[in-house]
Amino acid sequence: MSDAVDTATPKRRGSSVPLLKRLKSLITVLFTVLLTLVGLLFVTFIIGRVMPVDPVLAIVGERASQEIYDAAYKSLGLDKPLMVQFGIFLQQIAVGDFGVSNLTARPVSEDILRVFPATLELATVGTIFGVLFGVPMGVMAAVHEGKWQDQVVRFVGLFGYSMPIFWIGLVGLIVFYGVLDWVGGPGRLDVYYEDIIPVVTGLILIDSLIEGDLDIFWNAFSHIILPASILGYYSLAYISRMTRSFMLEQLSQEYITTARVKGLSERTVIWRHALGNVMIPLITVIALSYANLLEGSVLTEIIFAWPGLGSYLTTALLSADMNAVIGGTVVVGLIFVGLNLLSDFLYKVVDPRAR
Amino acid sequence: MSTDTKSYDQGLKGWLNSESPESRFHAQMVQLYAGWQSLVANRLAFLGFMIIVLLILVAIFAPLLATHDPSIQNLKSTLLPPFTDGHILGTDDSGRDIWSRIIYGSRITLFIVALVAFTAPVFGLLVGTVAGYLGGWVDTVLMRITDIFLAFPRLVLALAFVSALGAGIENAILAISLTAWPPYARIARAETLTIRNSDYIAAIQLQGAGRLRIILGHIWPMCMSSLIVRVTLDMAGIILTAAGLGFLGLGAQPPSPEWGAMISSGRQFIHDHWWIATMPGLAIFIVSLGFNLLGDGLRDILDPKKAQS
Repeated sequence: MSDAVDTATPKRRGSSVPLLKRLKSLITVLFTVLLTLVGLLFVTFIIGRVMPVDPVLAIVGERASQEIYDAAYKSLGLDKPLMVQFGIFLQQIAVGDFGVSNLTARPVSEDILRVFPATLELATVGTIFGVLFGVPMGVMAAVHEGKWQDQVVRFVGLFGYSMPIFWIGLVGLIVFYGVLDWVGGPGRLDVYYEDIIPVVTGLILIDSLIEGDLDIFWNAFSHIILPASILGYYSLAYISRMTRSFMLEQLSQEYITTARVKGLSERTVIWRHALGNVMIPLITVIALSYANLLEGSVLTEIIFAWPGLGSYLTTALLSADMNAVIGGTVVVGLIFVGLNLLSDFLYKVVDPRAR
Repeated sequence: MSTDTKSYDQGLKGWLNSESPESRFHAQMVQLYAGWQSLVANRLAFLGFMIIVLLILVAIFAPLLATHDPSIQNLKSTLLPPFTDGHILGTDDSGRDIWSRIIYGSRITLFIVALVAFTAPVFGLLVGTVAGYLGGWVDTVLMRITDIFLAFPRLVLALAFVSALGAGIENAILAISLTAWPPYARIARAETLTIRNSDYIAAIQLQGAGRLRIILGHIWPMCMSSLIVRVTLDMAGIILTAAGLGFLGLGAQPPSPEWGAMISSGRQFIHDHWWIATMPGLAIFIVSLGFNLLGDGLRDILDPKKAQS
């Protein structure tokens, strides 16, 4: 029935109707994202206003006279209605102005730009670790479904989910740094290597290679390997589990049987045909776990004295540095939304059916 | 006598395995028994179940199991290694017995888990089912709000909430609940969307049931099994978040024997006195492993069609 209709009116590819539709859906997506972002900012703003810290006192000090206090109160715009304040707040954020941090006495945006590469470096190495080990483990579990390999992978994954990341970080430091001395200690570099190479990307592993300084590269590597593999273990747990379930779905499809009947080797069937089709949903999973690592790194960064966004945010929280807290939260939220959007987009690019 | 019990046993088993239950209660019991049997058959899930039962027992009988008072300081016996002077796991920097503190800490962990488990899923269920059943602009608004909360990384949002509300265990629980509900709302909405057009809902509507009654009485029960699985799997994450907040000094306040806070205070001595920070971490690990094992098994038992995801 539908075949007959199809032949009667052949599909017109590239005609103006789908283009308009695509544009419409693009606008809908953009609008949704914008709405989410404004909501995100609103929640952050409200948290900042509920905070039991008086932003005026933080600036003028406790001994300021009432007039000075009132003047500062007005100059901060606190006398205006809440919605007007929120509007001003939005305007400032739109131009990237998060105010000045009380703790570092520098603009928050500058601070964030300085600390962010450290977090990015850690999360990236962690994700690479998670993908390198997680995907093969997931494939292995799916191929040997129900056998001991499957059980081992499942158990390794559950172990990863159950581990308090700050605790395993401490234990790891004691064992691999304190006792065995296989890896570098806390921080990104040994003290005597610090501030030698010029900052280009902020990622020390890359900056040192640009500079051609292998000593610093290996030192940075020895420092990042422990926190990154701990973070990576966490994402390994998630990636291997998802890979397993995607693979199971593919392996039960008929095209796999066809490939086997054709006489292709089992290796080709699994790693080329099945895994090739799994790659598409896997991209979403990897993007999500990447976003999660940026969050999970809060505790890891504190344990490893890693000067990234997580430790910046926590220090700011503990010392009630409101501008820094809001700036940091907004940036982390933005990354989250951005990565989600990116994975949706990649999904559509790679998978023609999802268009 | 013994034959009597045996025949009764078989009678009970037969009753529980009955294929044609005579009452609603009977049917529920048959279902429960079948679930219990598959739980026992799944070794890892059963292990997880036993760990949680153990946690509850330890929390109840804490005064009997503890060898010392968890908060009494003894400056004569500080930093003792495990198995000295009757201190099974040694003492911390104030001479408090670590074993007893971990035992009493199980009460705090259980308190957190129970409170979060009874608030966040219920709120999420409410939002999700209302959005899914009513549809239209209510759905759009509620789901946008859910998305906003989902967009925040959990720990960061919890950190921000706690610092806004002030540090403390109650506020930590509130913050965790505030960040934990969105996934439940999503799940409940998805379930509702598949249920709401089914015939039995139409039948109840025709009988004149109100919206509230349909949502509470006929949609909620259908969402339960997938929600229970998700809650059990999330419990480990909630324990870890609570411990993380405690570790940062934003959760339970000292001298309360919260496990995360214990790790934090033991951290400065870790190079020479490893047991202070290691032991509570092990407790956190075992308990969250228990929840993960059980949740993983429950997913297979309650939700066979989604067992692979």
